[in-house]
Amino acid sequence: MKEFGYLRPSQVREALALVAADDGARFLGGGTNLVDLMKDGIETPTRLVDVRRLPLDGIREAPDRGLVIGATTTNSDLAAHPEVRRRYPALSQAVLAGASGQLRNMATVGGNLLQRTRCGYFADPSQPCNKRSPGSGCSAITGEHHNHAILGWSDHCVATHPSDMTVALAAYDAVVHYETPDGSHEIPLSGFYLPVGESPQRETVLPPGALITAVTLPAAAAGPRARYRKVRERASYAFANVSVAAALDVEEGVVRGVRIALGGLASRPWRALVAESALRDAPATADRFGDAADAELSAARPLRDNAYKVTLARNLIVAVLTELAHRAE
Amino acid sequence: MNASSTSPSPAPTGDRTPTPHPTRTSAPSAGTPEPLLGAVGMARPRIEGTAKVTGAVRYSSDEPMGDLAHGWAVTSTVTRGRIRDLDTSAALTMPGVLGVIDHRNAPRLDLEAGSFFGPDGGMHLLQTDEIPHSGRPVALVVAETAEQARSAARALRVTYDEEPCDVDFSLDHPAARPATSFIGADATVGDVDTELAASAVVVDARYVTPETHGAAMEPHSATAWWEDGRLQIVDSNQGPFLVAMTVAALFRLDPKQVRVRSPHVGGGFGSKSGGCGPQLVLAVMATAMFDRPVRVTLTRSQVFQTVSMRPTTDQRVRIGSDADGRLRAIDHTAAFEVSKLADYLENCTELTNTLYAARAIRTRRSAVPVDILPPYSVRGPGATPGSFALESAMDEVAERLHMDPLELRLRNEPSAGPVSGLPFSRRNLTACLREGARRFGWATRDHRPRTGREGHLLVGTGMAATSFGAGALPSTASITAETDGAFTVAIGASDIGTGARTALTAVAAEALRVPPERIRLLIADSDLGPAWGAGGSRGTTSWSWAITEAAAKLRSRPGGATLPLTVSFDTTESLGELPLMERHSYSAVFCEATVDPATGEVRVRRLLGMFAVGRVINPLLARSQLVGGMIMGLSMALHEEGVRDPATGRHLNTDFAGYHIAAHADVPDIEADFVPDYEPGDPSGIKGVGEIGTVGTAAAIANAVWHATGHRRRTLPIRPDHLVEERPLP
Repeated sequence: MKEFGYLRPSQVREALALVAADDGARFLGGGTNLVDLMKDGIETPTRLVDVRRLPLDGIREAPDRGLVIGATTTNSDLAAHPEVRRRYPALSQAVLAGASGQLRNMATVGGNLLQRTRCGYFADPSQPCNKRSPGSGCSAITGEHHNHAILGWSDHCVATHPSDMTVALAAYDAVVHYETPDGSHEIPLSGFYLPVGESPQRETVLPPGALITAVTLPAAAAGPRARYRKVRERASYAFANVSVAAALDVEEGVVRGVRIALGGLASRPWRALVAESALRDAPATADRFGDAADAELSAARPLRDNAYKVTLARNLIVAVLTELAHRAE
Repeated sequence: MNASSTSPSPAPTGDRTPTPHPTRTSAPSAGTPEPLLGAVGMARPRIEGTAKVTGAVRYSSDEPMGDLAHGWAVTSTVTRGRIRDLDTSAALTMPGVLGVIDHRNAPRLDLEAGSFFGPDGGMHLLQTDEIPHSGRPVALVVAETAEQARSAARALRVTYDEEPCDVDFSLDHPAARPATSFIGADATVGDVDTELAASAVVVDARYVTPETHGAAMEPHSATAWWEDGRLQIVDSNQGPFLVAMTVAALFRLDPKQVRVRSPHVGGGFGSKSGGCGPQLVLAVMATAMFDRPVRVTLTRSQVFQTVSMRPTTDQRVRIGSDADGRLRAIDHTAAFEVSKLADYLENCTELTNTLYAARAIRTRRSAVPVDILPPYSVRGPGATPGSFALESAMDEVAERLHMDPLELRLRNEPSAGPVSGLPFSRRNLTACLREGARRFGWATRDHRPRTGREGHLLVGTGMAATSFGAGALPSTASITAETDGAFTVAIGASDIGTGARTALTAVAAEALRVPPERIRLLIADSDLGPAWGAGGSRGTTSWSWAITEAAAKLRSRPGGATLPLTVSFDTTESLGELPLMERHSYSAVFCEATVDPATGEVRVRRLLGMFAVGRVINPLLARSQLVGGMIMGLSMALHEEGVRDPATGRHLNTDFAGYHIAAHADVPDIEADFVPDYEPGDPSGIKGVGEIGTVGTAAAIANAVWHATGHRRRTLPIRPDHLVEERPLP
């Protein structure tokens, strides 16, 4: 492993300054992803600025009656929080569907937003990968890609985003808050991740040296009828083939409100806006759920070995919405 | 009884009259009952269990060592070609670096050295600039600390002249050649083609199993140093004596000069058998070159890339049956990948030779050399992938006949070895099938597929029958009657986590007629004499035989001998006198699984295995091994798969996040139990439990998936993408 500096500031200003002073500096949260990548030479920071002593831990009420989740809150604390479980149940379920108990005890909310793809080519520094080594190529498009993207990919990269948490955050219209030396900023999660395009190495809109401080959940998104469901290749401790976070409001058999986000299908959590608009004020029936899923997935461009994801995503959307509709009645 | 007249006891209770112990310094008081025969058959936890769970035991990389240097392996990033340049200049200037070993300066090895299968180029590291497979070690960086060595390893600049590689294995590969007949010739009994033509139903199907890794929790680690003219080694392996012999051959040393110890081993699963691991070759080179103790520990990724795995297999099975379920023909063609560096046999047709009667049986095994590292035994080598093919095909025969697959098995019980013609020593498959079926509730099964439904889930059941070869291999034990009434029992056995220490202590206690507390067992040291390793389900049988006979020899000494007194026994001759017979463990595995056709998710709900494994030395440990084996079979059926890039041959999943092994949430309640059994050809009546738990499980699960869904999955693992259906259940 390459030598690096390690600093543990207690104030946000100080942390920003420490990262600004070193081009190779990175913020360190729980380290459950970054440290692994450092061991394999995929990330080579010269300085780690540990954010876990910053006053960014904990979950509190937002002025709009939503929730503010501090960036260093652990995944375990987030999933277990009573108000998260009551108001945003799909978020709690999503976090618990990821990783293992040990990893969730370490992993932070801010780090979870920024975790890197688990594409096997990305993980091998000796192989071409446009995300790790821009311009070197993408082997997955013609190689092993049965668990790669079907939506929003480009000829430069077909990797998926591995996070479960962010799929639920996307469904709930979460907002990401961050600090730069210029001050405080915020951006909706829907605009946080960049399209793959020609620069898959650039994954978010965060400027260099920016520090994620919190994620807020709007009050309007809260509700008990929400669900996260994840299909993977073993019963736990695996990244999604496809996952769905959904919330549904039904009145007298008619959809009044619906939120759907998909995981495992794209380089970012995929908010299914096409499906949502097809369903608003429509009858809450399995047929209509299926039609809406088809409309969303008509944009899918499956590769040689991952066409099953289209079917799986459709089935999962229908299954989750049907379950929520039954609960709503 | 003495060595030359030793023969296997004919029955479990025969010839067991206790004789007064000749070496006691004071005889037990008159009237003391003989409480001592209870050691074998008792459920006892592992002797070292508390030490293990409290972190007190030392695995090979934990051994404290003065003046220790550390080696870090550098592995090839290309799959085939030559090293163009290996620039060590930057690495050599880094802090703590002692040097770099590569093909230009490495000690020359004996290129004839290898395994049972002949010379093994997989062990001949750093001898040429050739790259024969991805992940081939090309250098070892040696430094004062492991971190310094790792850091310098990254600074090594290696460039290659890359050549096209071939990892595209299949049964139809043009380079396919007949496999070695090391473990017996291919079978040709009767006329398969005539019998198939006369059959009422014929199944003809291809089955594929992927590369599977041993995936032991403890990564491979070796420490080597010279001391008083001897090469001392602490290494993680499955048989220190065999490893010492291999090291001596590789480095052209007198075998007496090499001592290998492996006190505690964190799992092997075959990946630490077969000669000498790369960590040890490199450590021995380094200690010779730098004249101080050197430790080489592989990373998890390096273990995946440099340590032998089970090869991919591609098998065609044709079975012809009469309308009443009597088999006319079994034709099993099994291909597996091998390395161009070494021969190997994945003996997929083992069960086909012995499990069922048929008028004609033909087996053909072929090896396909491709650009991979040499594969080797993993978790029931040959039998495990072979059983998946054979027992899936048997299920397909039952499907065609609309017959109970259990009944199909019962109807084809052979009276003698179907290929060998030899008698069975103790064939107990029927007992396993019938008792397993009774406990599982098989009798009420609707044999039509896709008939079980619970809400949105399809529910199915499946079963498989299994055998696994039993026997022992030459080993030597010595026993010393000590002056304090204890007995020091020494044998070069290995405990790779199975509980061998505990089992052998019980065997020795029974053989010596003393309580287990009076046994001091010494194992895991090549200086203790020739011994078979923990492999082939033959560890306990081989070691127990030697211990039992040494104990008998000691007990037959006239009284009054001066203590301490040592005797030893080598089983080579006794084993040679054993009449040829079909000797096998047996099992029947039953599975209930659910499939969600909307998502393709398979969940195993119940697994039941009934086993005939001879006499059981320790039911607690034996059950643990069988349950563990069944979990490995489940893991094979649904999860495990070494994935390579099809173009470059690079491994794509060299960690435990990417290489899926069944997690706790995948493992249901598992029942493993025994039918009464005894192996007449073994002095203790035992057969071996190491691998049979794994063997039949994958087929039982695949058959349950078929019964649930109507879809026959002939390629493992069975993943969600293989089973997700377009039209969800109404």
